[in-house]
Amino acid sequence: MRTIMLATVVALAPVAVHAQGSQFEHYQKMVAEGSPAELFAVEGEALWKKPQGPKHASLEKCDLGRGPGVLKGAYARLPRYFKDADRVMDLETRLLYCMETLQGRDRKEALKRPFGNADKPSEMEYLSAYIALQSRGFKLNPGLSHPKEREAYELGKALFHTRTGLWDFSCTTCHGTPGKRIRSSELPVLDDPKTVRPLMATWPAYRVSNSTFKTMQWRINDCFRQMRTPEPDFGSETVNAVNMFLTATARGATYRGPGTKR
Amino acid sequence: MPGPMKMRATLAAGYTDVRVLMSHPMETGQRKGPDGKPVPMHFIQNVTVKVNGKTVIEGQTSQAVSRNPVFAFRLKGGQKGDKIEISWRDNEGESNSTEAAVA
Repeated sequence: MRTIMLATVVALAPVAVHAQGSQFEHYQKMVAEGSPAELFAVEGEALWKKPQGPKHASLEKCDLGRGPGVLKGAYARLPRYFKDADRVMDLETRLLYCMETLQGRDRKEALKRPFGNADKPSEMEYLSAYIALQSRGFKLNPGLSHPKEREAYELGKALFHTRTGLWDFSCTTCHGTPGKRIRSSELPVLDDPKTVRPLMATWPAYRVSNSTFKTMQWRINDCFRQMRTPEPDFGSETVNAVNMFLTATARGATYRGPGTKR
Repeated sequence: MPGPMKMRATLAAGYTDVRVLMSHPMETGQRKGPDGKPVPMHFIQNVTVKVNGKTVIEGQTSQAVSRNPVFAFRLKGGQKGDKIEISWRDNEGESNSTEAAVA
């Protein structure tokens, strides 16, 4: 009996070391120093300034909510309502809007590859790395005053709790109870500000395991894919609403992305 | 054309912390592409660090290093404004370099 007890204590010892921060957090801290996300930001800056499309214009006059071309702190204030488009937009939806209006690009052409891979990252990925980086230190503060913003929030909240798809999953199936995980990834509870804040403060992010930069739209899209629902359209009301719900729940968190994920 | 590099060199008590990011595919030669053929080896072979023109590190790296590697090291001493230059060369003869002043 005594030996068994001893063995148990030894086995538990390494867990105790990481009592305040889990091993995942420890690993995340290690990879966050010198994240390749910065390399994506460098490319993103060049892309932001590069004239493209039939109008041969750059995105430099794109208004992300703080005035044309103002990037400082802009990401932290998204999603929000844009009068010119008469809808709630997150960063990538807004970028797409600017590509269509400022650069005169065809929607289909601009969305040929919304999500890239390691060998060929997408335009959206480079741009969101560049833009998000300039909100470091700003508090997440999405628009919640306009009726359409509140509508998006309510829709996002409803979508979050609604079961759907082949497996009858809702977001809460994975992200509703504490302590769940898939393999070595923790599944944070996404309607609790405490657990959403550190998350929304670090998306978009570089993903070490497949050397790619992932945008928030990709994150939401991929969750839908894993739930076996049809994938939502890029920049759709659905994705914006879910993003609005998550960002609003994380409101007040200090943005410290683009982050680095496993 | 090789992707960007990014370096940061900060002075601490008696040493300089240097961290450099490099964009590189770092192909091992073990991976198969979508066409089923192996993707040829393509990796950084040499990394050189110069401080004010004087070579202080000449390193050899292998395929074991990840894509978009980050290298971090400490240099003894150093002072603000020292020019640090880091360059790499890969097995296909491509190269890139960046420089920064110690801050």
